[in-house]
Amino acid sequence: MVEKDRGFQIGINIVMILITVMCLAPFVLLIMSSVTDEQALIVNGYSFFPKKLSLEAYHYVLADSTSMLRAYGLSFLVTIIGTLCNLVITTLFAYPLSRKELFGRGFFAFFLYFTMLFSGGLVPTYIMWTRMFRIQNTFFALIIPGLLMSAFNVIMMRTYFTTNIPEAVIEAVRIDGAHEFRILWSIVLPMAKPILATILILVGLGYWNDWTNGLYYINDDRLYTVQVLLMNIQRSMEAIKQSMQQGGQAVTGAINMPSTAVRMAVTVMCILPVMIVYPFVQKQFVKGIAIGAVKG
Amino acid sequence: MQKAFKSLRRSWPLYLMMLPGIAYLIINNYIPMTGIVVAFKQYNVRSGLYHSPNIGFKNFEFLFKTNDAWIIVRNTLLYNLAFIVIGTVCAIIVAILLNEVKSTAAKQIYQTVILIPFLISMVVVSYLVFAFLSDGNGFLNKTVLPAMGKEAISWYNSPQYWPFILIFVNLWKGLGYNSILYFATICGIDYSLYEAAIVDGANRWQRIIHITLPSLRSTIIILTLMSLGNIFRSDFGLFYQVPMNSGTLINVTNTIDTYVYRGLTQSNNIGMTAAAGLYQSAVGFVLVFASNIIVRRIDNESALF
Repeated sequence: MVEKDRGFQIGINIVMILITVMCLAPFVLLIMSSVTDEQALIVNGYSFFPKKLSLEAYHYVLADSTSMLRAYGLSFLVTIIGTLCNLVITTLFAYPLSRKELFGRGFFAFFLYFTMLFSGGLVPTYIMWTRMFRIQNTFFALIIPGLLMSAFNVIMMRTYFTTNIPEAVIEAVRIDGAHEFRILWSIVLPMAKPILATILILVGLGYWNDWTNGLYYINDDRLYTVQVLLMNIQRSMEAIKQSMQQGGQAVTGAINMPSTAVRMAVTVMCILPVMIVYPFVQKQFVKGIAIGAVKG
Repeated sequence: MQKAFKSLRRSWPLYLMMLPGIAYLIINNYIPMTGIVVAFKQYNVRSGLYHSPNIGFKNFEFLFKTNDAWIIVRNTLLYNLAFIVIGTVCAIIVAILLNEVKSTAAKQIYQTVILIPFLISMVVVSYLVFAFLSDGNGFLNKTVLPAMGKEAISWYNSPQYWPFILIFVNLWKGLGYNSILYFATICGIDYSLYEAAIVDGANRWQRIIHITLPSLRSTIIILTLMSLGNIFRSDFGLFYQVPMNSGTLINVTNTIDTYVYRGLTQSNNIGMTAAAGLYQSAVGFVLVFASNIIVRRIDNESALF
């Protein structure tokens, strides 16, 4: 029995290791390509075991290219501002919805749910943002459309409030004459840290990874986030050469630009912050997925 | 009325709190909903969304006369069906395997690693795929195929491979996410059931068949129903970024979402594009609504509304 069990454990662990290798292999190929010498890359293609290593691409991306650093900074800015605004709006919406005595609660809940059922679609949305609000090529285009509040997160947070914060506690401080904003700030929020952390992670990841707003509303290269920069590099290699030349220092470098490795280096830089943060928030993240999924 | 007034006097701060959220929903969601009227209009920029001339269902007539209408609906439905079936089966297998792993450290590592592909954007995924499939430098063309003594393949010009590539990429990206959903359910199974089964002499296989799978039943049904509700919506990034918008692949990569985007940016026929979008929204609405009603019957807790 024990022998059989050991064999079984070895078997399933091998299968699981194969699966994890499959999950990681593309990333390894990416990182290896980013440190491959450009000539070696042209001769041998992308390879897990590069013939000749070179950090040229990173040197180029970090030292010579202003567009990369600018995009990087903008990505952080968009992620931080967007996530904070989103958290505030989401919390302020979810808390009243969790209060049973709120008059018209059913109506507001429906008002929220309906946006998950039906959407106007891309065409009216695009026309509205560009013609009514003239949002194209502004910083707001990266923050506001589609990302500022998700009905889904509001529901998740409201459910957390109703199930984890006893009404009796709120009632008690209310009778003491505490203001609603005061109750939310000093009673409810401290008790809601886990859900706040979960939503913070989900929303932050959403902002960092977003490229659709950039695709729809941005064509000014000063407003490229890393994702948008990557997307546009892919769309035309010429575009980056130009934007890097406009950066100034890279004019001479552009002729021998280690283009393939640079693309891979930018991609590595793009996923790096996520990979650094992920191990620390992995538990919260998994929990968020597990709660969220059952709710949609 | 009296009640409303009283409530308002007491809880106006609550309404004030909701104001930004409601304003956002109106702008981000409800105004575009009113904009669907453009599907019934001959849109021109000067008259705008609401004042362009009405042409009734002409946009829909034009749309359904094109070959594209059939192709985009077919692609959207078939890909989603394949994603649901393959994704669910693989996720359940991985969840069960994960549960059978004894070492907690190993379990933790597997769980952490298989979720990594879920964390990256489709733009990054398209770069990863490109590293394997690129014509001149790709890992497959430069290393794998030569090693097998085969000719290089121009992947981005060979539509016959793309259904498999897209299904694989989707599976790769979503496997960790989906398996964690099932794994969470498995973790919730009462362990005494397994102990009783062991006492009764059930082997591992029998325990999986008779305890684990039946316990997953309602999760499987609910998640599948929800995916079916979204079967008319496609992952724009997967179908637009990953094939690198390659023209030769259009027949196997064009879905409703990519069609609408291309229509919006490339064609002059905004009305017809909006008609495709409205068609998607309307059918999607019915499907999501219906799937939710069924889900609510099965498990009230899991339903959206």
